[in-house]
Amino acid sequence: MSHQAITRFDVRGGMLAALLLTSIAVPAALGIDSAKSKVTATFKQMNVPVEGVFTKAGGSIQFDAAKPEAASASIQIDTAGFDLGMEDYNAEVRKKEWFDSKAHPQATFVSTGFKALGAERYQASGKLSIKGKSIDISVPVTVKREAAATVFTGALPVSRKIFGIGDAGWNEVVDDAVTVNFRIVQPQ
Amino acid sequence: MARTRYTNTAISLHWLIALLILAAFALGWYMVDLKISPAKLQYYSWHKWLGITVLGFAVLRLLWRLTHTPPPLPATTPRWQLLAAAGGHWALYLLLFAIPLSGWAFSSASGYPVVYLGQFQMPDWVPKDKALAAQMKELHELLTTLLMVVVAVHVAAALKHQFFDRDGLLNRMWFGRNHPVEENT
Repeated sequence: MSHQAITRFDVRGGMLAALLLTSIAVPAALGIDSAKSKVTATFKQMNVPVEGVFTKAGGSIQFDAAKPEAASASIQIDTAGFDLGMEDYNAEVRKKEWFDSKAHPQATFVSTGFKALGAERYQASGKLSIKGKSIDISVPVTVKREAAATVFTGALPVSRKIFGIGDAGWNEVVDDAVTVNFRIVQPQ
Repeated sequence: MARTRYTNTAISLHWLIALLILAAFALGWYMVDLKISPAKLQYYSWHKWLGITVLGFAVLRLLWRLTHTPPPLPATTPRWQLLAAAGGHWALYLLLFAIPLSGWAFSSASGYPVVYLGQFQMPDWVPKDKALAAQMKELHELLTTLLMVVVAVHVAAALKHQFFDRDGLLNRMWFGRNHPVEENT
């Protein structure tokens, strides 16, 4: 696909072509396998552990174990695809007080840095944006090679309050702390 | 003199469980049609706590029943009534277990473990499964309807004995002196 891109841009002049060539000097980012990847959010409701699944996650990752600091990731999650197991709950969390999925259909993570911690473990930093608000985060990620895929796993604690997810009434029964667990599968 | 009343333990358990069931039933009836809200989640939790409490007392009650002979019914009781009473009572015992268990399974299958009193997480003995959750919901409602029917007959029978037969049979299940059942002389 990058070849086609080069051909197309090539005719537009050396400037663009040069820009593109520098960008493909690092391995191209590869799309993740949405069906095999799993992103969940777990939290407590009156001490009851509840897990919701983000059924629509997409994005791309560029990762080379030989050059981890050059890695980058961009993940998009459809907030409307959050499945709590019951349709009335799902409808509730799409509302304004929660994800406000109409106004903010996607939650995103865009990496700004990647650091090796040793033994398949890395520290990823970047911008997490939910409901129109972005914060800088840093999360440990385990990267494993599996059959024809690279798998990125980790857990990220998130505060609902920071993103304005939920309201006063709900906060009495639902904890502020949410753990986002991810298992991103990138076929190779 | 032979016992004419149930033991105080059996009587206490009977009325305590009856009250708990009434509370759980009323709450359940009220909460299901509510629109989703924080209060609704709270009611669901309370309903589950009541159900688990009933289940716990049901275990005690069954053990007590199996180790203590109930007072005899009046010798004049027709055979069909003896059978109906025994059948009705065992149906009630069965439902005491089946209803909380189906509710518990409904909760687990829906992906929400039961956390008793908000403190003790009960094990999930069925997997998280949407189809199973729907079945358990149906079962829970069906069994509850059945319970209400059996309870209605149970209460009607007790009232019949009290106000039509006037045989004092209700004393068997109320606290007091261990006085003999009135004989039809």
